[in-house]
Amino acid sequence: MSFNLTSALTIYRNELLRFLRTVFGSLISPVLTTCLYFIVFGAAIGGRMDQVGGVDYGAFIVPGLLLLTMLSESTSNASFGIYMPRFTGSIYELLSAPVGVAETLVGFVGAAVTKSLILALIILTTATFFVDYQIAHPVFAFFYILLVASAFSLLGFILGLWADGFEKLQMVPLLILTPLTFLGGTFYSIDMLAEPWRTVALFNPIVYLVSGLRWTFYGQADVDIATATGLTVGFLILCVAVITVIFHTGWRLRE
Amino acid sequence: MKSSLPAPNDGRVETILDIRGLTKTYPGRGSAPPVDALKNVDLTIRKGEIFALLGPNGAGKTTLIGAVCGMVRPTSGSIHAFGLDMKHDWRTMRARIGLVPQEMSVDIFEKVHRSVAYSRGLFGRKADPARIEEVLRTLSLWDKRDSQLRALSGGMKRRVLIAKALAHDPDLLFLDEPTAGVDVELRRDMWNTIDKLREQGVTVILTTHYIEEAEEMADRVGVINKGRILLVDDKDAIMGRLGRTEAEFTLSQPLASLPASLSDLPVTLENDGRTIAFRGGDGSGLGKEQVAALAQTLVRENIGYTAIDQRESSLEDIFVKLVEEEGATS
Repeated sequence: MSFNLTSALTIYRNELLRFLRTVFGSLISPVLTTCLYFIVFGAAIGGRMDQVGGVDYGAFIVPGLLLLTMLSESTSNASFGIYMPRFTGSIYELLSAPVGVAETLVGFVGAAVTKSLILALIILTTATFFVDYQIAHPVFAFFYILLVASAFSLLGFILGLWADGFEKLQMVPLLILTPLTFLGGTFYSIDMLAEPWRTVALFNPIVYLVSGLRWTFYGQADVDIATATGLTVGFLILCVAVITVIFHTGWRLRE
Repeated sequence: MKSSLPAPNDGRVETILDIRGLTKTYPGRGSAPPVDALKNVDLTIRKGEIFALLGPNGAGKTTLIGAVCGMVRPTSGSIHAFGLDMKHDWRTMRARIGLVPQEMSVDIFEKVHRSVAYSRGLFGRKADPARIEEVLRTLSLWDKRDSQLRALSGGMKRRVLIAKALAHDPDLLFLDEPTAGVDVELRRDMWNTIDKLREQGVTVILTTHYIEEAEEMADRVGVINKGRILLVDDKDAIMGRLGRTEAEFTLSQPLASLPASLSDLPVTLENDGRTIAFRGGDGSGLGKEQVAALAQTLVRENIGYTAIDQRESSLEDIFVKLVEEEGATS
């Protein structure tokens, strides 16, 4: 199987340029939102809270808040990237170009992942102004963030192919991802929950993501890191498989 | 008779695109029956020619282009270009094909220069600013290179679409209705551009529903209607079959019979001798000349008339006739 590197890089560069064109909207708003969380839950309320598992409350919520922003931003960035050409009709060019699944994913999803990583870096830097935190396993943390950004950018790509209107684009990040992240242990450890809610919470996939990332920060979490990583990798593979099927059947792309 | 083998190659003309038995059926939605957009289409395009695909709206022109360019998945049939089979070598094939779509489908916030350079990269070609400048200059877009597409007029946007399609130096270019909704000046311009492309050796396939456009531009013309190719022939031959001039002379005095001097022309006496009707011509202006000659003859013969009503057959009329002819011969 051949791969058209020039084409893939062209799409990647073009998507990043589109991001720069709207850099204010793309970066300022998620960073501001995260800052507000840090101010309210970290600096203002955090001081009156007990430590969670030996970690200050302000520091405890850093991984969850990072995920809260990254999940919705990765998803919506990638979904807009592919939905806009479908909406304007300029997708004809992509369809008539010598590119297949691989080039499209490297270009569109790669760009969305890059944006998420930039965003993560800015949020983690911003967090240092409000709370003291350390990262126990920085390399593992980086790869975990990369993994989550990739998986949810792929999900966003699928969403951008599925959506037939702007409401549907907004629906998944706003109505599914954000609530699940809030209930997925961003602000608490699920050990704090009473049964049966503790068991119910384990059915929320975001719990594993938050736990996984929290482990890379503080070396301990509700769920063990292997389970969390395994689930995320499995989800990523599932998304790639779905996208491959979509391209081969031409669903929502080719008549 | 239909042959499943490619058209014989006599050594002088080289085939660049070969379509065999191409069928596209859209599944029915709800209670609507399935729609056959293309029915068993065979079409061979010669290298270096300008081929016009002529047909009314909904004839299947855009579907045919879409099948070759990758927007439409054929239900059955085969497509070969540059001797390659699309099923296996679609990457190599598509890298050498350009498409100018009918709709203004562009990212309107993009700048002209970037948009065209992007197209080149997307098709796998190395960045080449000199080549992009050349393309922009040829299409009189160089002065607008830093404008956002939304700031351009409709005609200028269409030129950008052409520039994007040419940015990767394709050998085969599809133009879907290049002059639909375009003013006279730009249409002239477009024709000149296509002429230049021919000189550079680019093979051009354009679709149109204007007979004049096919007549002006094409070397060969294919007529398509309701998903079927009705005929393919050299332009001159096809214009002879397509064209039909109708004229009616309303006479001031009814005639009992036609004068002998009119026997050479395709005229009849109608409406109880009050109307002389002309039906003929070959679409290349002969009909109009003959009607003018007829008018002069009538004056010489001292036959007075009060009105002349002349018209060229519409494409629809011609299709109806072609379909009838096809039905009669098969």
